Amino acid sequence: MLKNFFPNKILSFSNKLFSFLFVLMLLFVFVGLIYALFFSPPDFTQGDSVRIMYVHVPASFIALGCFGFIGIASICALIFKIKILPLIAKSLAPVGSVFALVSIITGSLWGKPTWGTWWVWDARLTSMLILFIFYVAYISVWKFVDNYEKANRISSIIAILGSFNLPIIKYSVHWWNTLHQTSSITVTSAPTIHYTMLIPLIIMLIGTILYTLIIFLMRYKTEIMKFKLDKRNKKN
Amino acid sequence: MLSKKVRSRVVVLTFTLLSIILVLYVVLKSLEENVVYFFSPTELYNKEDISFNKKIRIGGLVKYGSTINNQTSINFIVTDMNNEIIVSYKGSLPNLFSEGKGVVAEGKLKDKKYFIADKILAKHDENYMPPEVGKILKKTKDQ
Repeated sequence: MLKNFFPNKILSFSNKLFSFLFVLMLLFVFVGLIYALFFSPPDFTQGDSVRIMYVHVPASFIALGCFGFIGIASICALIFKIKILPLIAKSLAPVGSVFALVSIITGSLWGKPTWGTWWVWDARLTSMLILFIFYVAYISVWKFVDNYEKANRISSIIAILGSFNLPIIKYSVHWWNTLHQTSSITVTSAPTIHYTMLIPLIIMLIGTILYTLIIFLMRYKTEIMKFKLDKRNKKN
Repeated sequence: MLSKKVRSRVVVLTFTLLSIILVLYVVLKSLEENVVYFFSPTELYNKEDISFNKKIRIGGLVKYGSTINNQTSINFIVTDMNNEIIVSYKGSLPNLFSEGKGVVAEGKLKDKKYFIADKILAKHDENYMPPEVGKILKKTKDQ
């Protein structure tokens, strides 16, 4: 599995594969958005504000998922010292951070008409903001610490610390009283969201995952090239 | 299989991570009062150190048929099916405020059963459905 992410494999990725993924992503997002905005019904209490959910939920999913991968890659990088793991983690951070911000902003836009407030300091919203701050810290370390080894170590530690926040975000709505509702889709029980809303949500989720994959692969390719270039410059 | 160096790193990291989890658990447990966004009527009922001057938030369901709309204020009962608190509020309600639905009120307690709110937030639950399904569901509930 990891072999597919080795530099030579990635660098030989043809533009054809990117174009294929790109077209597939456009298809999913296009169908998903049309379905979500025009064909899915309004909610029986929220009305049309429910349509924000089709962006909000996938964005949150990606924000948490990316940081989860960054955390795992960082732990493995610290233990096994595999060279490509920090590059994978580093390439996931920008797209994850943008989706964390999208999640917070769309949530805020939804909160005003539904709850009656843009923002509250409940456990779910606060922990999500903390995740975004961790993203910013992680990216800043890579950006502003010049020494590669040093940046690698500090950013790994930040990623591991930030990973503890992920279960807190996920379960905050169960552990404490929060204004944010619990999840409508769980592994253990039937979804509490009607299938006419579930289908566009899943289409949007797949589209968002494809988008994240494309951005990640492009970043990763660049990072590998940069890494190789730095190495060569050092030798000369 | 694993080299000595790798094994020692695994041990060190495992211990560090476990201790962080422990510290985090203790901190969050001791800060629970601040982490919860609101108290339910039962939690408030069982709470011993209630400060009547401090702003707090309570939350629960708006009891069916309990809303009384005066000209000056709105009164309703917040319930968690075990205990109830009467809430009095002056101001405009959020659109999603309705009987049988979740609500969070911010304000001060007058006594253990009477709450004066200066802010009301509607709480949405995890049920999403089209209007037709919602209507049918409500009908079967009312019968």
